[in-house]
Amino acid sequence: MQRIIKNNQLVDETWHLLPKDASFDELTNCDDYIVPLQLWRDHGHALKARDGGLGVWLDSDEEAEEIGDDVEHFQVIALNFPAFTDGRNYSNARLLRDRYKFKGELRAIGDVLRDQLFYLARCGFDAFAIRPDKDPEDALQGLKDFSVTYQAAADEPLPLFRRR
Amino acid sequence: MYVYDEYDQRIIEDRVKQFRDQTRRYLAGELSEEEFRPLRLQNGLYIQRFAPMLRVAVPYGQLSSRQVRTLAKIARDYDKGYAHISTRQNVQYNWPALEDIPDILAELATVQMHAIQTSGNCLRNTTTDQFAGVAADEVIDPRPWCEIVRQWTTFHPEFAYLPRKFKIAINGSKEDRAAIEVHDIGLEPVRNEAGELGFRVLVGGGLGRTPVVGSFINEFLPWQDLISYLDAILRVYNRYGRRDNKYKARIKILVKALTPEVFAEKVEAEMVHLRGGSNTLTEEEVQRVSRHFVDPEYKALANVDYSALDQEHPGFARWRSRNTQAHKRPGYIAVTLSLKPTGVAPGDLTDKQLDAVADLADEYSFGLLRTSHEQNIILADVEQSRLHALWLVLREQGFATPNVGLLTDIICCPGGDYCSLANAKSIPIAESIQRRFDDLDYLFDIGELDLNISGCMNACGHHHVGHIGILGVDKKGEEFYQVSLGGNAARGASLGKILGPSFAQEQMAEVIEKIISVYVEKRTEEERFIDTYQRIGIDPFKERVYAANH
Repeated sequence: MQRIIKNNQLVDETWHLLPKDASFDELTNCDDYIVPLQLWRDHGHALKARDGGLGVWLDSDEEAEEIGDDVEHFQVIALNFPAFTDGRNYSNARLLRDRYKFKGELRAIGDVLRDQLFYLARCGFDAFAIRPDKDPEDALQGLKDFSVTYQAAADEPLPLFRRR
Repeated sequence: MYVYDEYDQRIIEDRVKQFRDQTRRYLAGELSEEEFRPLRLQNGLYIQRFAPMLRVAVPYGQLSSRQVRTLAKIARDYDKGYAHISTRQNVQYNWPALEDIPDILAELATVQMHAIQTSGNCLRNTTTDQFAGVAADEVIDPRPWCEIVRQWTTFHPEFAYLPRKFKIAINGSKEDRAAIEVHDIGLEPVRNEAGELGFRVLVGGGLGRTPVVGSFINEFLPWQDLISYLDAILRVYNRYGRRDNKYKARIKILVKALTPEVFAEKVEAEMVHLRGGSNTLTEEEVQRVSRHFVDPEYKALANVDYSALDQEHPGFARWRSRNTQAHKRPGYIAVTLSLKPTGVAPGDLTDKQLDAVADLADEYSFGLLRTSHEQNIILADVEQSRLHALWLVLREQGFATPNVGLLTDIICCPGGDYCSLANAKSIPIAESIQRRFDDLDYLFDIGELDLNISGCMNACGHHHVGHIGILGVDKKGEEFYQVSLGGNAARGASLGKILGPSFAQEQMAEVIEKIISVYVEKRTEEERFIDTYQRIGIDPFKERVYAANH
């Protein structure tokens, strides 16, 4: 079973991450699913009526605005990094936290590596599915890269100049 | 200059630790080349022709003598005794070993220096006028604003993986010596009718493959909103800038595609949410930072009449006319040390010269100095009465070439001699032109002229904005050079027009001489090269240069 980082610890994965082409008919009533955006668009109503947990995931070319008004329906929102150098979902994360006030689990999926975790956490991610060929235990270290930060972000409402 | 407090210091020390571990993991094979690449780039580390190149940040060009001595020591201990001033006012080393980089960074950190974000697809070093704080035509001192922006850019969590590199320049004077119009963001101060300070904001300028003069999208941004507005611009760019083609990924392409008006609307739509938030700058913070840039203890001095000295030492008069700049305080003057003597790679210094420059700063200029994007060094606060003594010393040390702003004050990238991106060498071209124009009377007669050379279309040598620009190109595997005319980085910036087919290396000095001969024949008394060019256009130059040889 894959382990993911959640709130600075390793936990067992309990969610099923569905691929982009998943169809609604594959879903059971009680399992916890993170569904692709399209499935949410097509079957939002039915998805909400299930008994299992509900999450949604966005690719890097999909926009936070698409689910901005619906965030209360999701326990998990996962944002995909097709490559760790694709920085778009850093902005989506901040929008989900700051603008749409999403309070649930915000998870980084895809090409997620130790050396980006600090920035990701600052943008509001609190869960990380580290790329399977890497050691998630080792990746935990990345959350501690810096002890001071200049900017306001999802983890710190005030910029340093208001805290100095 | 800005002095770190414990927070600033901790941040760069954390960085040293982080990069030491990243380097260790890379060398141990735990990080792949591909995974390590953006990490090292965001620490100014390129892998190039002979060895890695390390680019050290010199935030907005400000250095203390102590820092310069450390740079000298690094040149000695880790390089072959050289350092190079880049066109972004930074310092580059061409010969360090990868495994030594963490130690170099640790050494830099002891003097409040680093290599953070000097490369890579991130927010880069903010640049400004090399005469900031002392210029006679200054509206505001841009340095506190540069420092505020520097802190905002440093490890900004949202914008570490942008589509492409991002450069901000701030001008504080009437004249624009910071070339803000060819930056991703350009800022300059403006006052509204109530006399309040704000910024004019330009976006989407830049050189590189597709050179563009940027567009002003805001004529008055209240200073309090500066950081929020930068966040808004960067967020729009980070989300919508192209990522499918790195040659179309700069913000200038996005601004063009959307039009500046629509881009500005998108920024404004973000600002609706950000305005008034915690990033709103406070008077206290601006004052806290500004306290680091108060005037040094100037003496009450009168201006010096140099006429007797000039008469006695024509060389001094000549040098003074080119290499000094008016100072806001009577009795003081800013002095440019030319790093462009013939036969030396433009912008290069040896470790000994760095030590000498540090001593000069201590002796003549309150222990402070600056680098310029023209790749020279400035002592900003020299007493006029000591100018002649300083000149004598500079002459001995090779810093007194009287060519600042003249044809031989060439802006030049390291080119194919060092850089693995280059199509062609640039340093030997600079040298051949400097040799051709080594007659000082002739050089002075030609007058003000920006000649810029880039070894490839990444345009590190800013060839698009040279009055004469030279670009290294590859022509069937051979190094050739394309010439453009009419570029200009100052206010009302313009991009050069290509003259025609490219030339071989050995033709270049001759070509430049022909171009100059057209100017000398056609100019009116008052005209600089660029003025004549703008009046007569490119054709007369074209005809002369490409005329069949009989």
